[in-house]
Amino acid sequence: MTIENPIFVTSDQIFVLLRHWALSFLPAAWQTIAGVLLSVAAIVCIFPALFALTTVFERKGLGRIQNRLGPNRVGPFGLLQPIADGIKSLTKEDIVPLSADAAVHFLAPVVLVVAVFMGFAVLPMGRNMALVDMDAGLLFYFAMGTSTELAVFMAGWSSRNKYSLLGAMRAVAQMISYEVVLLLSSVTVVMMAGSLSLTKIVEAQNHYSFGFPHWYIFTPWGCAGFVMYAIAATAETNRSPFDLPEGESELVAGYHTEYSGFKFALFFLGEYLAMFSISGLGTTLFLGGWSAPFLFLTWVPSWFWFFSKLMLSIFVFIWLRGTLPRLRQDQLMNFAWKFVLPMCLLNLFVAGIWRFLGDGWLRWMVCSAILIVAYAGMGWGEMRRGKIGPRSYRYAE
Amino acid sequence: MSFVFYMLAALSVTGALAAVLLKNTVHCALALTVAFAGLALLFLDLDAQFAGFAQILVYIGAVAILVVFAILLTKGSETPKDGVFSRTWLVGLVIAAGVFAVLGWAVIGSIRVLPQEKAVPTVTVLQIGNALVGRYVLPLEIVAVLLTAAMVGAVIVAMHEKEGEK
Repeated sequence: MTIENPIFVTSDQIFVLLRHWALSFLPAAWQTIAGVLLSVAAIVCIFPALFALTTVFERKGLGRIQNRLGPNRVGPFGLLQPIADGIKSLTKEDIVPLSADAAVHFLAPVVLVVAVFMGFAVLPMGRNMALVDMDAGLLFYFAMGTSTELAVFMAGWSSRNKYSLLGAMRAVAQMISYEVVLLLSSVTVVMMAGSLSLTKIVEAQNHYSFGFPHWYIFTPWGCAGFVMYAIAATAETNRSPFDLPEGESELVAGYHTEYSGFKFALFFLGEYLAMFSISGLGTTLFLGGWSAPFLFLTWVPSWFWFFSKLMLSIFVFIWLRGTLPRLRQDQLMNFAWKFVLPMCLLNLFVAGIWRFLGDGWLRWMVCSAILIVAYAGMGWGEMRRGKIGPRSYRYAE
Repeated sequence: MSFVFYMLAALSVTGALAAVLLKNTVHCALALTVAFAGLALLFLDLDAQFAGFAQILVYIGAVAILVVFAILLTKGSETPKDGVFSRTWLVGLVIAAGVFAVLGWAVIGSIRVLPQEKAVPTVTVLQIGNALVGRYVLPLEIVAVLLTAAMVGAVIVAMHEKEGEK
């Protein structure tokens, strides 16, 4: 399947080989721990660098969607803007309210960033490039994801500010609801791949037929699962259109109102890193991880495909933010519990049907039909209940 | 009894002690979360991956948040005026010592009964899954019924509150 030319294998495994070479200078007793430290340092350097790049892309992208230029003063096309932002947040005064709970106020951004960084440990960023290959890797990822909810609550409560507490409560309620959706849509993938280990899930998708890959997004249950996963991922990271907890026009800044300077930068970093890691998980589960889209493209290194798909997901996040209006809190909750969750359960059922109908065109028809009819039926039912008719416009006189 | 075990045990005991001794109730809840985390790490030290991660997912991700919400939505977050210790602390101490003695006797007795196992048996998630839908399917279904009952109960409690206001 892959071209075994040594140049391509080397470029594919270049980071693994570099690591081996760096470790060969150390005595054998130190090699495991030094290897772990080296990989951790690589992750801690690469993803914040990507975060810096993403802030510029987001501001430029949002600017273009809103028919204006983004930042364009610092460096060519504004590309050095993150450096200016970094210097600003490092040198800003760190204001802590007098009545705030000092210990919890200090620990909240730390817990957030630590929990988010832990999620990167199980993502397979290339062939043989997962930091830890755990048997229950997916479960570890979700365990770390739920720890971020606690950090959000700590931030909101310790500020002794009504708006922060409101924002934190809303954020936690939203994150808990969409956590269920996230988990259920990942369970279909686990069912079909037969393992909780993320490297095995990617390897199960790394097959090609007629040049097309066997990614799970190209199956009916996988496509529905991916859409629901994307919705839940947007809600989990409090991104627009689910960003009411930190809505700039509603709640000042939600749970991070009372944070300034470096702690705010840590919250910002935590949010974007959570976006990266959840997009990374989404590409691993549904988009085939590090596998190439076509059989004739497998000579391109695997880590290139992983990061391209990651950046594509980030681009879609930015696009959604610039396009869709914000959802109200009760609309958000209704959507999660009354629409997305039943679709998720139906998707589980459809995945089971897919497995037991055997190969052939019949299972494509049956599964697609069930999902499309359910989606149209539920959507039609909800719209009729909410009495939503065709759009009407009011113009100023 | 390695160094890692002692560190994790110290973490769990400190968290549990802090959860009882601190004055601010929300601080107590957060210290309890630290104790949960210590327990999860103990599970992971024993190579029980599924149990450890499920502990984090359920206890820290759901139970701790539930406890915190309960504290916030009632008046529990205010520091109690009468202090945190009850007046009948001696009786409580005697009962706690009795429970500890029974548990300690059971644990130490089991070390003598079980043979000294050298190799740690690795339990994969596959085996847990097979056991759940094979041998233990009845407890699984009973837990599902229990969860459904809990959800229905929560919805009913919330609904009655709304009707009560009208």
